[in-house]
Parts: sequence; structure tokens; C-alpha cells
Amino acid sequence: MRALSVSRRTLPYVGIGAVVFFCLVPFYWMAVSAFRRPSDQFANTLLPSPWSLKNLTSVFSSTNGFGRALLNSLVVAGTTTVLTLIIGTFTAYALARLDFRFKNALLAIIIATSMFPGISQLVPLLKLFTDIGWINTYQAMILPSLGFCLPLTVWNLSVFFRQLPFELEQAAMVDGCTRGQAFRKIIIPLAAPGVFTTAIIAFIAAWNEFIIALSMVNKKEMQTATVTIAKFTGQYGFDQPFGTQMAAGIIVTIPLVIMVLIFQRRIISGLTAGGVK
Amino acid sequence: MTTLTTESPAGASAPAGRRHRDVQGTGRLAVLLLSPTFLVLGLVVGYPVLAGFRESLYTTGQSLDANGFVVQGSQFVGLDNYTAIFHGDRATAFWNAFFNTTFFTVVTVTLETLIGVGMALIMHHAFRGRAVVRASILVPWALPTAISGLLWRWIFQADGVANAILHHQVLWTADGNQSKVAVIIAETWKTSPFIGLLVLAGLQMIPQEVYEAAKVDGASPWQQFVRITLPLVKPTLLVAVLFRLLDVLRMFDLPFVLIGAHKDSVQTLTMLAWNEATNLRYGSAAAYATVLFLYIALVAYLFVKLLGADIIGQARQHKSRKAAA
Repeated sequence: MRALSVSRRTLPYVGIGAVVFFCLVPFYWMAVSAFRRPSDQFANTLLPSPWSLKNLTSVFSSTNGFGRALLNSLVVAGTTTVLTLIIGTFTAYALARLDFRFKNALLAIIIATSMFPGISQLVPLLKLFTDIGWINTYQAMILPSLGFCLPLTVWNLSVFFRQLPFELEQAAMVDGCTRGQAFRKIIIPLAAPGVFTTAIIAFIAAWNEFIIALSMVNKKEMQTATVTIAKFTGQYGFDQPFGTQMAAGIIVTIPLVIMVLIFQRRIISGLTAGGVK
Repeated sequence: MTTLTTESPAGASAPAGRRHRDVQGTGRLAVLLLSPTFLVLGLVVGYPVLAGFRESLYTTGQSLDANGFVVQGSQFVGLDNYTAIFHGDRATAFWNAFFNTTFFTVVTVTLETLIGVGMALIMHHAFRGRAVVRASILVPWALPTAISGLLWRWIFQADGVANAILHHQVLWTADGNQSKVAVIIAETWKTSPFIGLLVLAGLQMIPQEVYEAAKVDGASPWQQFVRITLPLVKPTLLVAVLFRLLDVLRMFDLPFVLIGAHKDSVQTLTMLAWNEATNLRYGSAAAYATVLFLYIALVAYLFVKLLGADIIGQARQHKSRKAAA
């Protein structure tokens, strides 16, 4: 009896430990590898000994062009997020609030577009952008990214918007606000947390994008960080410079992880909003 | 307050008229608000898909005509690009990629669902340490797929940590069945937490009283899980699984970075199409993309029809389901 109650008390902790272990161990290995000296890159000790920042500094060596790649990622993901929010907010508002014909059909179309395989969108756009000279431009990466960010945004936002107390909006309109004013003064401040969450999720999705950036750009200066890191070349010929890549991976991921840690509650409610609500 | 009360008699008669006006105005407003999204989606998704279909009926670049003359530019070839896929060497490559894609999808989605549901149950029953789990479970999700590909490539190096733990020399990233395993492990690691999160949200919507009633009736924990938890969490789970299915079917980044391009053992349909496109054979690339598109559409259709995953319904029936619960 006693053994049972002890196991019942400890079991959840074992489970939690297992989940945390599962999720973090590979990431931990990436961090540890980033802080080893390049000379003991293949050591399998649990902690780097001695610690070294050499991998981190060599990430930013001029041959890699990593700083520029980070800037490119920021421009592409940032612009995509802003555009998708501007366009998506209005649509999500309409889907959540207004009653009109074909509403569900339209929502279904928007969701369906997010499930299209990226490659069937990419091939024709690649040809088109080659023809009009858009290869190696930001817009060649931003526009296709809207294709997967926009449905995500519209869906997330429309779920958030549906939960807002729209009686307030009606009250404001009774008190003489126009629909636009009611939207601006009542709904936007209330919707801000949802919009913010959606922005984070859209930004992470755009930041992590790979195949579009890989295909639309062949000039090193225009590559985004994910592509640049995958293409890092070693100092000594054909060796894949894993230490440097792990360090770069850490640099690219740390901002995301910090965002995730700060806004975990909101991100989770945003991620699951589409699924359950 | 006074203004409100003085205005209410006038307001009482207003709703009928306002509602009528609203319905007419609403349609126009809806069109106005929806059109930017549809314009953008039409341009960046709708047009390319249709153009891709048209492209798949043409061949580009240099080719020799029947008399041995070099022909430049794009030529209408009908369904030749499609028949080419299913003949000779290309057929082997296609069916290989088709098999890989399907195999990865079935195996990873099954594993992810099992692990994800397990994670969700653990998190649901944990009272302390929830914040830690929640934070750590988002790490694999937030990590860019390409970076996670590199990470696992590093772990699976010949003299890497995976082999050190196994005490075996497995050449994970060489071409072969072991590289399939590597891709499956990496993919499962990255995406099980996503299913876990969605299912956890579903679990949290099940009212506790249902379990209490079951306990009073003498249901064992296993019975409770099979008879209560699973059916009630099913709608959420189906949506999560559908998302994962459609996502794995178009897999590219992970095998591309983890194993590499042109490796038969992990070549997916997207990779095949991508290879063609980067070799400027747009017609044939578009044909592969169209086949993949139809395959994904078929899977989505069957999944929704047979299992009744109701994605929009999840959003649409929010109110009625809440009332039912």
C-alpha cells in the first residue's frame, strides 16, 4: 500500500523528467558542442572541457557572411510578419464577426491553401521570378512566405477574435461610434494580445523557412540564416564544420527560445487555438 | 448613464432597422475585408498551382526534335512529362520517392501520435513543474527544421555521440536504411511536442466530473482512458494528426540537411521535384509537384471523409460544443 502511494507520488515527476529529457537533450548537445574547442570537437564529455568561445567567434568570421545572413532573415521574417498581420487582421475580423454567405467555404479555402505542398507553389514562382529578374531579392522570399503565413495568421486571429466580447463593440456603436471607430477603439486594444501571439508564431514560421530561401537565392549575400548555416564550409576542405554550425544554430535559436520562454503561455494558447477551440 | 437611459427608448425601435441595414452593408464590408487576403493567396498560391499544372504540360530548354534538330524554348508536350515519370529509370526514382514519402509519413505520424499523447497525459497529470515542461516542449518546435537537421547530423556522425552511446559503428548519414531511421528519429523528436500540446489542450477541456462518475462506477484507469479520454480527445487529435500528415507528406528540409540531396534512401517527392527545378527542368518538376499535390489532396480528402476530422468545425462549432460539454 505504501509502496503504491510512493510510486503514485513520484511517477508524475519521472514522467515530467522523461518529457523534459526527451525535448532538451539534443538541444543541450548542440549547446555543449558549440562551446567546445574546435580541436576537441569530437569529445563526448557531458560538459566542454575546457570551455571555448572559438566556435562562436568563427561563426562571425568574414568568410561565412553570417551577420549579413541574420540581417536577411530579420528583413524577410519581419516583413512577412508585418504584411501578414496587416492583411490577416481584417480578414480574420470579418470571419469572426460578420455573417455573410459562403463564410465557412471561404474559411475552408484559406485553411486549405496552407496545406498545399510548398513545392507546387515554388516551381512556377521560381520560373516566374527568374524571368522577371527577382532571383536574389527580398521580395522573392517574402511573397511565397505569405502563402503559408497568411492562412496561419487568419485562422489564429479569427479564433482569437471570436472570443472577444463583441457586446462592447455593439454598445459603442449604440453610443454613436461608427463600425470603424468601434473596431479601432474597442476591438484592437482587446485583440492586441491575440495579435501579438499570432505575430510571434508567424515570425517563427517565417524565420524557420528553408526551401523558399534556398531556391530563390543563389548569392551568398542574400541568403537567410538557416540556408547560410546549412551551407557553411569548413576551414579545411571538405570537413563539415560542425562546431561552427552548432554555434550558429545556437545563435539563431536563442532569440526564439527566449521568446518562447517569455511568452510560453500565449504561444501555446495560440498554437492550440486552431486545434481545439 | 443619463444619456444611456434617455437614448434607450429610441434605441429599442432602432435594432430592427439597423439589423436590416447591417445585413446589406455586411456583405459589402466582408468583401472589402476579405479581398486582400484572397488577392494575396490567389497570387502567391492559387496562380502558381495553376501555372504549375500548365507548366507540367510543357518542356523547356534544349531538346532534339524528331529530325535531330535542336529545339529551343518551351514546347507543348501534353502529358509527356507525366508518362515520363512512370517509365524507365524515372519510374524507379519516382516510386522510390513515393514509397519514402509514404513510409516517412506513416511511421513518423504513428510515432508522434503515440509519444505526443503520452506527453499530453503526463503533462495533464502533473501538478508541479508544468511551467518547466511547457517551456522545454516548445524548444524542439521553435528550432528551425534546417538547424535540427544539422544537429541530428552531428549526433549521427560516424564518430558522433549516437554511435558512442550505442557502442556500434553505424554510418547513419550514408545512403541506406539506417539513414531512414535517422530521419524518422529527428522528425519524431521535432514534432511530437506539437501533437502533445494540441492533445493537452483537448484533455483540459474534458470536465473532471466525467472521470469522477466513471470512478464511482468502478472503471479502471485503462477503461477510463479508452472509454472517456480517447473519444473525447479524438476531435482534437484528428486535427493534429491531419496537420502532421499533410506536413510530412511535403517533407524536404530535414532529409535534405540531415542526409543530403540525391540520396535514394531518403529522397522524398518534394526533393525529387526540387532537383528537377534546380536543373531548370521546370516542366518535369511541375509534373512531380502536381502529382504530389494530388496525392496530398487525396490523403486529406480520405482522412476527412473516413475519420471525420472537421477542421473548420473546430472553429465553427465552438459555441455549440461548449454548450454540449
